[in-house]
Amino acid sequence: MNWKKSFIPFVNPLSKDNPVIVQILGICSALAVTAKMEPAVVMTISVTAVLAFANVIISLMRKTIPSSIRIIVQLVVVAALVVIVDQVLKAYTYDVSKALSVFIGLIITNCIIMGRLEAFALNNRPWPAFLDGVGNGLGYGLILIITSFFRELFGSGTLFGCQVFPDWWYEAGYMNNGLMILPPMALIVVACIIWAHRSVNKDLQEK
Amino acid sequence: MNRQSNTYTILYSAALVVLVGVALSVIYQALKPRQDENIMNDTRRQILAAALLTPAEGQTITDLWKEHIVSDYIVNDKGKKIDAGVSPDKVNLAQEVKKPAAERLLPVYECQTDKGIKYILPVYGAGLWGPIWGYVAFDSNGDTIYGAYFAHQGETPGLGAEIEKPAFQKQFEGKDVFAADGTFQSVKVVKAGQEPADAAYVHAISGGTITSQGVQKMLLNSLEPYTAFLAALKADNK
Repeated sequence: MNWKKSFIPFVNPLSKDNPVIVQILGICSALAVTAKMEPAVVMTISVTAVLAFANVIISLMRKTIPSSIRIIVQLVVVAALVVIVDQVLKAYTYDVSKALSVFIGLIITNCIIMGRLEAFALNNRPWPAFLDGVGNGLGYGLILIITSFFRELFGSGTLFGCQVFPDWWYEAGYMNNGLMILPPMALIVVACIIWAHRSVNKDLQEK
Repeated sequence: MNRQSNTYTILYSAALVVLVGVALSVIYQALKPRQDENIMNDTRRQILAAALLTPAEGQTITDLWKEHIVSDYIVNDKGKKIDAGVSPDKVNLAQEVKKPAAERLLPVYECQTDKGIKYILPVYGAGLWGPIWGYVAFDSNGDTIYGAYFAHQGETPGLGAEIEKPAFQKQFEGKDVFAADGTFQSVKVVKAGQEPADAAYVHAISGGTITSQGVQKMLLNSLEPYTAFLAALKADNK
């Protein structure tokens, strides 16, 4: 097998087939967790972990799953993984788990995960499925992190909680933009990313 | 075995559920001690926040707790210490606030600060969407609020959720809960323009009316049973 070809499931979702800005999946959680960078990073890791393992597990089970209950089997696997992630976060990063609250639980319903399981893992071997899971998780996370970078920088004047703009800047009359912290700005930032992305990748533009 | 048969499907799902169930309960048991510790530290952080104490850089909550909290106990509505068989931080406030005052277990945390001993009392009530709770620290005169901390589960961000912001909590500092004639009247949470002439008040949150009323009800309901305890403090420190 061509070495380069085998990494297509990993590379594609990062840009050309990005789940958020091309497939427009998982927008709901992208709005909710991007006001600060730290939760965005934790969400990225959580979704990538859940998606990669769910893809591998479903791929391993794909020959045994009865087709009449395959969606239920996928849900059970995803739900179990999400509960594990939630419990680990509660034990090791309590503050972050409080900040993410319901959104960890809602990974179960994240459209990206069910989409990848149904479209990819059920028909592919474990290794490509793993790459596909990591690729899509990171593709999702990439957008989350870019969005949260702009929202935290202009909304709170901080990055990862550390002040970025010097004090004299504020004394000179600069103010943080409170609108950046509110959910609507996430949509606008994501839309700007889509705009920039499509003006570079002209083949993605709809006629 | 035929993958599409009913027997196979039923056996498959049963095995899957048992396997997942066992795996999850093992993980839950393994992580529980750490999670409980986190929850306890979070409660302690909130209690200390009411006495305006926050951990310094590199200081753990446990250290700060040991340094400042000199004793904790449970009193009854007569203000007498009782042995209820549970530690004060294990009292289930959600249950207690529904009972009549005479049956309630009332936790008290004594906190040594550089401004003297403060008495921290927990409060618990309902906001618009879910529970709200907090801790109120009293000066040793049993009358004046030294500091207050409130938290909530799911109040509306920007509206009811503002009760967890210092801007709202700072208002409580220095308010007296007893009227001039010695009757307990708590602190009112009122709209600007509706300030009572004869009672301590703070300003409510615009757009967070139900949550603000919830705070007022919570304070009255949770603190009133402490009347005897606070009055005794007041008499001691005349």
